[in-house]
Amino acid sequence: MGLFFKKTESSERSNYSGKQTKKVRLIILAIFVLTILAGSLDYPVLWDKSVNWINSKVGINIPQFHKIPFKLGLDLQGGTHLVYQADLSTIDMGERDASLEGIRDVIERRVNLFGVAEPIVQINRSGESYRLIVDLPGVTDVKSAIDMIGATPYLEFKEQKEQAETDAILKKQQEGDVEAQNIDPYFKSTQLTGRYLKKSQMTFDQTTNNPHVSLEFTDEGGKIFAELTKNNVGKVLAIYLDGSPISIPRVEQEISGGKAQITGTFTLEEAKELAQRLNAGALPVPINLISQQNLGASLGHESLTESLKAGIIGFLAILLFMIIFYRLSGFFAAISLIIYVIFILALFKLIPVTLTLAGIAGFLLSMGMAVDANMLIFSRAKEELKAGRNFSDAITNGTKRAWPSIRDGNFTTILVGLVLFVFGTSFVKGFALTLIVGNLVSMFSAIVITNYLIKFFHRAKPEKSDKIWL
Amino acid sequence: MNFPFVKYYKFHYIATGIMVIVSIFCLFKFGLNLSTDFLGGTIWEVDFDSRPANSVIQEKLNKFDLGETTIQPTGEKGVILRFKNIDESVHQQMFSSLEEISKIQEKRFESIGPTIGKELRQKTIILVIVSLVALLIYIAIAFRKLTWPIAGWQYGLVSIITLTIDVLVPLLVLVLLGRFENIQFTIPIVAALLTVIGYTMNDKVIVFDRVRENLLKSKVDSFSDTVNQSLNQIIGRSLSTGFCTLLILFILFIFGGETLKYFALTLIIGIVVGTYTSLFIASALLITWSKREHK
Repeated sequence: MGLFFKKTESSERSNYSGKQTKKVRLIILAIFVLTILAGSLDYPVLWDKSVNWINSKVGINIPQFHKIPFKLGLDLQGGTHLVYQADLSTIDMGERDASLEGIRDVIERRVNLFGVAEPIVQINRSGESYRLIVDLPGVTDVKSAIDMIGATPYLEFKEQKEQAETDAILKKQQEGDVEAQNIDPYFKSTQLTGRYLKKSQMTFDQTTNNPHVSLEFTDEGGKIFAELTKNNVGKVLAIYLDGSPISIPRVEQEISGGKAQITGTFTLEEAKELAQRLNAGALPVPINLISQQNLGASLGHESLTESLKAGIIGFLAILLFMIIFYRLSGFFAAISLIIYVIFILALFKLIPVTLTLAGIAGFLLSMGMAVDANMLIFSRAKEELKAGRNFSDAITNGTKRAWPSIRDGNFTTILVGLVLFVFGTSFVKGFALTLIVGNLVSMFSAIVITNYLIKFFHRAKPEKSDKIWL
Repeated sequence: MNFPFVKYYKFHYIATGIMVIVSIFCLFKFGLNLSTDFLGGTIWEVDFDSRPANSVIQEKLNKFDLGETTIQPTGEKGVILRFKNIDESVHQQMFSSLEEISKIQEKRFESIGPTIGKELRQKTIILVIVSLVALLIYIAIAFRKLTWPIAGWQYGLVSIITLTIDVLVPLLVLVLLGRFENIQFTIPIVAALLTVIGYTMNDKVIVFDRVRENLLKSKVDSFSDTVNQSLNQIIGRSLSTGFCTLLILFILFIFGGETLKYFALTLIIGIVVGTYTSLFIASALLITWSKREHK
């Protein structure tokens, strides 16, 4: 047994002197400040109110707290989840990823136009099939969302308007003419659209090695393009995708033969992206809606309030349990559980973790498991007390001896969480993330926070008073 | 306190064995009542201003090709409809049809293609298997120092066997609920089952860890006594943590609403069973195995 307990009675008491006390105080201060900051992040109203009060009294100007909302999943705030299957059978193996990324960009832009707060558009590969997953939080008008996403990306070439015309429109716009606001003062449409584009590719200039984007038109498109460039030598042409300009190259000379190059100061990434976008406009991959989920906000709101109510009751019950069974130490464990909840909520906002119903349930569950490490430490400490140690040493040794259990126990849970995170669907991923974050923070709160709280408030005293501590 | 955990191991083996056989039998006989997430199909929940009889709704739906349809009233004004996978235009037409009865408010519409469902089924099975294998490896590494009377990987295998029991029993309850109460097996329940694995694994690790500590600390004559002593040392923690966790889960079960109810129930059963198997089965298996090796 003797391995762990070489310290003598006198050295235990010296734990509380000098450097040691200073360290404990510093850590308690750090925990206190962190808790205030995390708490303000969770619920900025309190900070703002007290800051306003201080500002008005003292006449200084402390800023309001930074506000980040919780990120709620579709099941809690309502919204639409769409899964599209992309038909890539006509596209070469090597170009499939690129054209999918092109389509994703297009859908993202369209969804943004629709005014969705935080849309998520993901590419998902499952065996041989390629899918696009579109999450639209808060969108309940599914029909128009589906219509808009399903439309083919639209690529067009535009030429400059006459200078006089441009000036006239700009003047009208300045005067506040409502009709003129919607007119593009600089460019007008031409015949040439994505229908005539055969292919677009990223190429490199042979002398300078700069990345360019090459265009290849169909025969008919080549003729229109030749005509267009002939009329616009020295001017610029604009390339529009879904109504917004993506590139405005200058025409050097008439281009016949149906091939063109967009030169400019592209980075590698930009050139690649432009080629993708052009391909998406030129070769729209047909997409098919294979699955949709649409959840009304009211259903999510009900579940949210119900689970929060359950959470608060459970939380209070655990606090009570800890204090009854583990006395003053239990009280400090209860305090660190409160700090745990404050930290976790702040982390949910910071990371950010998308909160689903299962995620919230996972978080509630983690409160039950968060006190586990404390219980392991306390039950070890009780054994130490029975063996005749004094309280402070019992806690120190109890923590040391409980560590392997806490480590292995928590890491196995984290391991399951990691498996869920890597292999799970988006729904399970949110749950897994709450589980992992919950476990890591709970280890910290149970081991570090509880221990330092106890060290800070417990002073070496006659052993009689130790009874109320555990 | 010295409670003889391992003494009546035969009784616990038989009781658990019967449970496992019944679970596997029911699982194959009845199967799980899988939700549309796994099967594909449509689930549509609407609130009527004034809810009509099911027959009135059925009549409105007859003109659509929906396959097998179920209509289930929910809440005060709501109805849950289930039928095969449809596309958006049919959805819109159905919406107008139902509006002819009375004004409706759509609470949820999910239409899931059959391939997505099938993939989710496969994915879930893979998820469970990968989790178990990962745990086996972790335990084997964490207990690698142990060679007597059984090796580290054997602790891993014992935990996998008992974890399987911990998952099978909640599955049995879900099979029966699905069969007799028409409760569906949904994605949140999968998450609950995986959490059961994580939680009860934690339980078993704590038992094994005590055994490891006691074995490494001093020379031990009887493995079975050491195991029993370790169990008596950890029982306090096992019960208090179990109590705290169950406390939360019971509250979730009572106040958590329809969705969380069965999520919580799955966890409650899993945790109760898991605590039991950690105390009575996992330990007994360790001893039985060591006896076989050292005959």
